[in-house]
Amino acid sequence: MPKLKSALELEELREGIVSKRDPSRLCFTVCSGTACLAIGSQPTFAAFEKELEKQGLKDRVDLKPTGCPGFCEQGPIVVVYPQEICYLHVQPEDVAEIISQSMKGQIVERLLYVDPVTGKATSRESDIPFYLYQKRLILGNNRLIDATKIEDYIALGGYKALPKALFDMTPEQVLAEIEKANLRGRGGGGFPTARKWKSTRDAPGEPKYVIVNCDEGDPGAFMNRALMEGNPHSVLEGLTIGAYAMGSHEGFIYVRQEYPLAAENIAIAIKQAEDYGLLGKNILGSGFDFIVKVHKGAGAFISGESSALMNAIEGKVGEPRPKYIHTAEKGLWDKPSCLNNVETWADVPFIINNGAEWFASIGTEGSKGTKIFSLVGKVNNTGLVEVPLGTSLRDIIYRIGGGVSGNKKFKAVQTGGPSGGCIPEQYLDSPVDFDELTKLGAMMGSGGMIVTDEDTCMVDFAKYFVHFLSEESCGKCVPCREGISHMLDILTRITEGKGQATDVQLLEDLARMLKEASLCALGQTAANPVLTTLRYFRPEYDAHINEKRCPAGVCKDLIAFYIEPDKCQACLICARNCPVDAINGGKNLIHVIDQSRCIKCGTCFDVCPPRFGAIKKISGEPVPALILEQDRVIQRKS
Amino acid sequence: MVTDNSEADVKKINHILAGYKGESNLLIQVLLEIQKELRWLPKEGLIRISQELNVPLRQVYHAVTFYKAFSLVPKGKYTVTVCVGTACHVRGSPRILDRVEQTLGINSGDTTPDFKFSLETVNCLGCCAMGPVMVVGDVYHGKLSLDQVRRILDSYD
Ligand SMILES: Cc1cc2nc3c(=O)[nH]c(=O)nc-3n(C[C@H](O)[C@H](O)[C@H](O)COP(=O)(O)O)c2cc1C
Ligand code: SF4
Ligand code: FES
Repeated sequence: MPKLKSALELEELREGIVSKRDPSRLCFTVCSGTACLAIGSQPTFAAFEKELEKQGLKDRVDLKPTGCPGFCEQGPIVVVYPQEICYLHVQPEDVAEIISQSMKGQIVERLLYVDPVTGKATSRESDIPFYLYQKRLILGNNRLIDATKIEDYIALGGYKALPKALFDMTPEQVLAEIEKANLRGRGGGGFPTARKWKSTRDAPGEPKYVIVNCDEGDPGAFMNRALMEGNPHSVLEGLTIGAYAMGSHEGFIYVRQEYPLAAENIAIAIKQAEDYGLLGKNILGSGFDFIVKVHKGAGAFISGESSALMNAIEGKVGEPRPKYIHTAEKGLWDKPSCLNNVETWADVPFIINNGAEWFASIGTEGSKGTKIFSLVGKVNNTGLVEVPLGTSLRDIIYRIGGGVSGNKKFKAVQTGGPSGGCIPEQYLDSPVDFDELTKLGAMMGSGGMIVTDEDTCMVDFAKYFVHFLSEESCGKCVPCREGISHMLDILTRITEGKGQATDVQLLEDLARMLKEASLCALGQTAANPVLTTLRYFRPEYDAHINEKRCPAGVCKDLIAFYIEPDKCQACLICARNCPVDAINGGKNLIHVIDQSRCIKCGTCFDVCPPRFGAIKKISGEPVPALILEQDRVIQRKS
Repeated sequence: MVTDNSEADVKKINHILAGYKGESNLLIQVLLEIQKELRWLPKEGLIRISQELNVPLRQVYHAVTFYKAFSLVPKGKYTVTVCVGTACHVRGSPRILDRVEQTLGINSGDTTPDFKFSLETVNCLGCCAMGPVMVVGDVYHGKLSLDQVRRILDSYD
C-alpha cells in the first residue's frame, strides 16, 4: 500500500474505503476478545465461515470478528447489520438459522435479550438497558471494528484528529486544548494530563519519550485490554498526537504478557500505520517523525508504576525509583518521558476532534469526560461499562449492571484495585469521580468495580488484597515489605479464629506506618482495603475475633458443614460428589458428614437440591451431635 | 525426558539469540521468547544470554527471579493456570484452585511427576466477566464450575 503524503491523500483514501462499503449490506459481527474466546466465540465464528461458504453467500454478505463490546456475560454476541439485531450466547448450532432468517429479513426471537423483569425481548443492540444507559465514546467503536484492519478505523473517522493536530494546530495549541479539556489520567492517580505533558515538553534533554501503560495489573480490571485488543489505532493516534505536542519522536507501548492478543493486535496496528505513513518518517508529509515499539511485561504488578515501568523497558528489573526524581525530567534512559494510561491516550483524538469545550461539558466539575469501568463479581450484567464521570454507583450497578446476581443481598462494591476500598450500601448514591470515592476512603482508581454479596466475608476479602500486595511488593523498602506481611499475619490469624483483642489497633498502627514511610504508592495505599473494611464492616471483624464466628460462612477454620436430619432425603448426591468421601450415607439412610475428614470445600452445599436444602453452614456454634444409628432410616410414606 | 542443556534446547536458544547480539535493553524480551519456546530457562541458556546480550549473569538472574513469567525448572507439557484475581476470587476461584490441586495431586507452582501438567496461578487474565477462569495450554475455560475441573483435565493427553 502506498504511503500517504498529505492530509488530502488520507481523506481520499477514506472516501475510497467508505464509497466501497454499502451500509445496507448484510454484515454479521462476532465479538472475539479474550473474554469471549474464553467461552467459545471461536467455534461460533468458524461456524459462520463454514455456513456462509455452504450457502454460497460468501460474496454477498460480510463477516467480521470484532473487539470486546463489553457485554461479556452474554457472549458470544453476534450482531447483524444494518438492522443492528443483537443475538446473545450464540452457539455454532444457532448459526445456520441466524443466517437464513437474516437473509429473509427476519429475526431469531429465541436468541434475543429478554428483560429479566418485564420478560420483554429487545432486538436492537442499543436498546438493551445495559447499553442504553451508557455513554460509549471510547468503547463504542470496538464492536464495529476488526482490530486487524486499519481501514475499519479509518472508515469510522479514525485518523482525523492526527492531521488536524499536525497541520492546523501548533504543539502549544494541542497542549492548550488538552489543558482546557481538563483531561485527567485514567491510570488511577487522576493527575492532570496537560501538566505532565508540559513538564515533559519543557524538560531539558533529547530525545523525549512517550509511553503507553497497558500493564493493567489491577486484578478484576480489563478496560485497557479491551481497548488495546479491540481498537488499537485509537490509542496509537492519541499517542502520536501527544508525541507531536511534546516534541517526542519515539514511543513505547508496555503490554503485560498476560494479554497476548492485545500485544499481537497493537503490533499489527503499528505495522499498518507505518505502511500508510501514519507512523514513521515525515508523517503525512508534515515533517514530523514518530516511531513506536512494543515492550512486553513479564508478570509483576509493581512494574505498572511509572518509574518501575521505565526500568522494565530498559531491560532491567521493574522496581520503582525514588519519587523525588521526576520521570517527566529523568525517565526512560534518564531522558524526559511521559507515561499515560491506555484510556488517557485514547481520549486525546476525541478532544482534538470535538474540542475541549465539548469534552469538558461531560462529567463533573473536577472530573471531565467518560470513564470505562470493569463491572464484575456478583452482578447480573458483568462487563465493561462506559459512563460520564459523576454517574452514581447505584446507576452503574443496578440500572446498567442489573443488580446483584442470584437474588442475593448486596454487601459492598470494591473500587480502585488493591489500593482502593470497599464501599457499603449506604453510599451507593455517591457519584463516581476522582474525588468523591476518595472521601469514602476508597478511590476510583483505574476503573475496577467488584461487586460482592452476602456470601463474601469482608475480613477474608481484606486478607485477599493484603496477600496480593505482600506477593507483589518488590521488597525494596522495609516498611512495605515487612509491614504488609505483618498485616497479612494478623489478618490470617483473625480468619483462623486466633485473633486477639488488640489486633484491630495493631492493624491501624501498621496502616499509618505504611502510608507514611513507604517509597511508592503500592506501600502507601496498601492498607486501604483493610481500613475501609474496618470502617464499614467492623462487626464482622469483631465476630471473628470475639465469637470465633465468620458471619458470611467463608473462613474455613470457623465453619462446619452439617446435614440437617429432618431435611435429608437420602438422595446420595452429596455423598457421590464429596471429593474426600467424608459423607456417609446410603439408600433411605440419612447422610452424615464425618467432620474429621471434611475439607470444607462446600461441594455438598452446592449440589444438595435446593428443594431439600439439607446442608447447613455452621459458624460460631458447635456442630450438633451425630444422630443415633437407629434414627437414620427414612420411613417413606408410600 | 527433560534435561538441563539438552542439545535441542541449546540450539533453539542460539537460534533466538542470533537476532539480539549486544541488545542489553531487550533482556526481558529475549527471556520471554526463550521461556515461551522451552517453557523454562535452563542454566546453560542463561549463561549464553549473558554472553550474547552483554549483560552480567547476576542481572540476568535478578530479572528471572523477579518476574513471574520465568521458570528455572522444567515445566510440564501443559500449563494449567487458575486465575485468582479479585473478580474470580469473589466468584469462587479459591475452591477451583483447591479442586485442581486435588485432581492433579500437586500444589500451585509444581509439576506432575510425569511432566504432563504444571499448575500456576495468575492475578487476572482480563476476562474477569467470565470468572472463574482457568487456562490449560492456550485454551481458556470460563464460567468454570467445580465439577467441570476433572472433565477438562482428563481431556488432555
Ligand atoms: C503499584 C502500582 C501499579 C500501577 N499499575 C498501573 C497500571 O497497571 N496501569 C496504569 O495505567 N497505571 C498504573 N499505575 C499508575 C502509574 O504509576 C501512572 O501513574 C499512570 O500510568 C499514569 O498514567 P495516567 O496519568 O494516564 O493515569 C500504577 C501505580 C502503582 C503505584
Ligand atoms: S513501597 Fe513496596 S512496592 Fe513500593 S518500592 Fe517500597 S517495597 Fe517496593
Ligand atoms: S480476575 Fe480472573 S480474569 Fe480477571
